[in-house]
Amino acid sequence: MALDQSFVGRTYPPTPAYEVGREKIREFAEAVGDPHPAYVDAEAARALGHADVIAPPTFVFSITYRAAGEVVQDPQLGLDYSRVVHGDQKFSYVRPVRAGDRLTVTSTIEGIKSLAGNDILDVRGDVHDEAGELVVTTLMKLVARAAEEA
Amino acid sequence: MTAKVSYGSVEVGTELPAQTFPVTRAALVQYAGASGDFNPIHWNEKFAREVGLPDVIAHGMFTMAEAIRVVTDWAGDPGAVVDYGVRFTKPVVVPNDDKGALIEVSGKVAAKLDDNMVRVDLVALCDGKKVLGMSRAVVRLA
Repeated sequence: MALDQSFVGRTYPPTPAYEVGREKIREFAEAVGDPHPAYVDAEAARALGHADVIAPPTFVFSITYRAAGEVVQDPQLGLDYSRVVHGDQKFSYVRPVRAGDRLTVTSTIEGIKSLAGNDILDVRGDVHDEAGELVVTTLMKLVARAAEEA
Repeated sequence: MTAKVSYGSVEVGTELPAQTFPVTRAALVQYAGASGDFNPIHWNEKFAREVGLPDVIAHGMFTMAEAIRVVTDWAGDPGAVVDYGVRFTKPVVVPNDDKGALIEVSGKVAAKLDDNMVRVDLVALCDGKKVLGMSRAVVRLA
């Protein structure tokens, strides 16, 4: 079923702050098997010009994905979440995410398309720090595959 | 940001060191916990088959996290990545054995941009098939 085009441009309220913990960064870096010292050693991170340990580039997705949950599960939008697959993902960084950041996410529906019965939803996440500065913008394309004919 | 590679030392076509990343069922369970993505298609083969997949598949975001390492290991500073985007074209199927699957990633400089930035185009293969499309990163070099 085609999604309601009037949702394009809709922005959802910012999420409560997510505090980025250094042990969470370590856990994530270990899970992706990345031994870079800037993720676990503050000295190594500082030697590269960072204020504290930084997070791997895709770390922030865990936060923006949770924020987008509110959008994709908005009953008025009518997305069949059981048929959704992740189509595209993009990140544009102003600076890397680092330990101690308190991040809020503002999600916006960038686009809605219907292609061959598939619903395609683009959700932007603007991630700000406690000072209100933009840290990273994420773009997630979700594709809800057409339901099979009964 | 302190990349270890200088802008002047690279040309369009410069190849980055390729890497191969193993992905096992255990790695997917660990990634599920670390990322908070507990979708059962990434750890429960019965569920995966019921929704039409050949077997358990890797999280797309796991593959995305591996692929960028070709750029971050080369540049030396993961914080030098300015933009990164991929399209998930094919799933990485992970069999239930001790070997799992292999993700082979290569990359080359596709464009030199302003402000010491370059665009790197990445190719990620599993079983010889592309698992990421339009996989591009912009990184700021020294």
